[in-house]
Amino acid sequence: MSGTETPPPAPHAQKPTPEGEEASGARPQGPSRSQSVLREIASGNALAGVLAVFLAVLVGSVMIALTDEEVRASAGYVFARPGDFLQATWDAIWGAYTALFRGAVYNDRVDDFATQIRPLTETLKFAGPLIAAGLGVGLAFRASLFNIGGRGQMLLAGAAAGWVSFTFDLPMIVHLPLAILAAMLAGALWAGLAGLLKARTGAHEVIVTIMLNYVGYYLVFYALSRQGLLQAPGSSNPKSAPAKESAILPDVLGERFNLHLGFVLALVAVAGVWWLLNRSTLGYRIRAVGENPTAARASGIDVGRTYVVVMLIAGALVGLAGANQVLGTVTSGVTTDLDAGIGFDAITVALLGRSRPLGILGAGLLFGAFKAGGFSMQASEGIPVDIVLVVQSLIVLFIAAPPLVRAIFRLPAKEAK
Amino acid sequence: MKLVLRNITKRFGSLVANDDISLEVLPGEVHCLLGENGAGKSTLMNVLYGLYQADEGEIVLDDVVQHFSGPGDAMAAGIGMVHQHFMLIPVFTVTENVMLGNESTGFAGTLDADAARERVREISARFGFHVDPDAIVEELPVGVQQRVEIIKALSRDAEILVFDEPTAVLTPQETDELMEIMRQLKEAGKAIVFITHKLREVRAVADRITVIRRGAVVGEAQPTATNADLAALMVGRPVELTVHKDAPQLGDESLVVKDLRVVDALGHVHLDSISFEIRAGEVLAVAGVQGNGQTELTEALVGLQDHVEGSIKLDGKELVGKSVRRILDSGVGFIPEDRQADGLVGGFSIAENLMLNRSFRSPFVKRGALRGDALEAFAREKLQEYDVRAPDIHTHAGKLSGGNQQKVVVARELSRDLRLLVAAQPTRGVDVGSIEFIHKQVIATRDRGIPVLVVSTELDEVVALADRVMVLYRGQVVGIVPGDTPRETLGLMMTGERPKDVVA
Repeated sequence: MSGTETPPPAPHAQKPTPEGEEASGARPQGPSRSQSVLREIASGNALAGVLAVFLAVLVGSVMIALTDEEVRASAGYVFARPGDFLQATWDAIWGAYTALFRGAVYNDRVDDFATQIRPLTETLKFAGPLIAAGLGVGLAFRASLFNIGGRGQMLLAGAAAGWVSFTFDLPMIVHLPLAILAAMLAGALWAGLAGLLKARTGAHEVIVTIMLNYVGYYLVFYALSRQGLLQAPGSSNPKSAPAKESAILPDVLGERFNLHLGFVLALVAVAGVWWLLNRSTLGYRIRAVGENPTAARASGIDVGRTYVVVMLIAGALVGLAGANQVLGTVTSGVTTDLDAGIGFDAITVALLGRSRPLGILGAGLLFGAFKAGGFSMQASEGIPVDIVLVVQSLIVLFIAAPPLVRAIFRLPAKEAK
Repeated sequence: MKLVLRNITKRFGSLVANDDISLEVLPGEVHCLLGENGAGKSTLMNVLYGLYQADEGEIVLDDVVQHFSGPGDAMAAGIGMVHQHFMLIPVFTVTENVMLGNESTGFAGTLDADAARERVREISARFGFHVDPDAIVEELPVGVQQRVEIIKALSRDAEILVFDEPTAVLTPQETDELMEIMRQLKEAGKAIVFITHKLREVRAVADRITVIRRGAVVGEAQPTATNADLAALMVGRPVELTVHKDAPQLGDESLVVKDLRVVDALGHVHLDSISFEIRAGEVLAVAGVQGNGQTELTEALVGLQDHVEGSIKLDGKELVGKSVRRILDSGVGFIPEDRQADGLVGGFSIAENLMLNRSFRSPFVKRGALRGDALEAFAREKLQEYDVRAPDIHTHAGKLSGGNQQKVVVARELSRDLRLLVAAQPTRGVDVGSIEFIHKQVIATRDRGIPVLVVSTELDEVVALADRVMVLYRGQVVGIVPGDTPRETLGLMMTGERPKDVVA
């Protein structure tokens, strides 16, 4: 062995040195077990992500086959005519995944090119907010913070953007940025609250962000149900007035496609977060705090302050996703459904993307494709859209359990530290 | 009972932890297993104790091949282990701890405590242990707790006793007492395996010495061998054990600590009325048994303790109340005692670790952005200068050996403009070769006219580096004495006693 010495064998590595344990209780910031598990999940290797998707698609195939009428019918006489059964199974699975592809990427059943690639633009449209929110969750992961509050942050951001969008009459060049900024600010404050509570009191961010989801939901619901707050004038539904034209994200590929500027903003956010994490000193400190808060503290980095800053930025990114929804995808008015599950899907996206900006971009695109293609699966093949959700959920499951994936594929365990 | 380990090989994946090791221990002898941290000593003993199964080779007791599938089998066969970390339940009495796992029960499952108490008393008397069977374990001194472990093994008729780094937690006096106990056990016909990396102890008590390096036996030695010979065998090359240093060139009083008091969040007092000063160009070594306030002292100096009273003045400027960042920026170098927890970010590259406390301003930062090329050039230079053995500067710090990790920390701290160096356990868990290097760096720092505070629980290190020695006991200063104070005196002071003839 040249140069490096191999670390000692496992028993030595695990054996706490006599000095490891301290009589003092004066170490409030020690890395907890949950943090190290979180770190493991967030930093799993790329291969594990690909394999998780593969496994999920495989199990999804079984689900598709099981739920297919013809497969079930042919299973009744499988021993008499096994060919029928296999054919039906193949048809169901092949049909499902080609439908997914047609709905998400390229539709070969229509003639003109614009319609053919329309599914791809739909995928990108769905991917926009997923990427932005995924960045928000992923950035927090890098500081070892679990931001489960995407839903609440999106709702508040959407409400803020919505309010700006229907209240003011401004030229677009001012109105649109103002609405987006309002969304990012609202998201930042809502997430920053959790960061502040963690930094000041040690309150666990998982609990705080989850509870803030409820607080946010009911606050927005209340505001949407009250005349004079957010409710559309003269209406009795919990819904706001539609956004004014000057605050709506313009379409980027012309009116034939639904793809709006939100996706471009998400791409800008990817680049921004990449720079932040890899090239800036703030990102360096965020990573240091995430990897080893005690060492960061001993090196003069203010861990609590870093938590607050991270949550502010994370919330702003999730807020961008909220703006994406309210100012781009659903401009007919703010409702409490505006987050469309993105707040939670973002966690999956961040996990699948290993909390790396480019990984999140890829994972966001994949999930956008699932969303876009799920409809066409249902429409053309009669496959319940739930199956797509099952596949998505299985991906999370396989990613969150790296030892499971490693065991299935007999990958070597990670090197001992 | 005679123990023979024959050609033991144990692999973990591609790593060979024990490579064809053979060992023979006779009744009435102390066989010393000497090797650096990570050489494979503990793995071998875990194989012997049934915690691991050997891939090849066999364990033979009195000519009978044994197949242990767990510690229970090993104990039943007469092997007793005294672990480095005591396997005792603190709130139980001595008797209860000795009974645990081996309870003799009477009618309807009632515990027969009297018989066990009698057994403790008998063993204690036979070897002169002076252990009260009814004492609560957590109220006993560490040395006595260790004796409880020994009693526990003896009460199960152990004929072979394995001591795994038993002196790490002991004061020098307690260490001497343990050596005496080992001799008695030896005379009573027990076979003793003594695992250690401390040369002094080996020579004091061993009948035979087997040296292990990188999982393989590299040689046998006689107790008459010199420290230098043993160290060379252990490391694989000649090592300088003593640090050459000239008389200190003393300057002004740089660090002045006055009436320092440190309390934790629960109100426990960890340090009280600590006053001392260090002059420029001087090494003050803080000696004491682990857990007597050394950690709190170093943390208070760099601002890591929250409840600090009193005054810490560096070159006339007050440090108490300032943030860690301000203190480090004002020129305090800090080598923390636990490099994995406080010194390094394991998932960061060597280069990234080298700027850990300089992420706010130049030379590695320009308008909020990292200056990658400046950092890389710096890292390459330091890798060379500090002899860090790593493939390159992008290697993760967590993958380095202890000695190389420590060199990264030392490189980072010493390459700043220092006005004070605080080094806590600078060579703990570090191989002998790196110890030599780090000691030289500490002395070189002193010779640049920088005041140095070294905390160490190893008397060898204290004696090697110190110009003056401050002994801490239960959070208070026992005394500050010259660096050439005899070890016996220092050892006595570490128990809280203050010899009359000592100059304060």
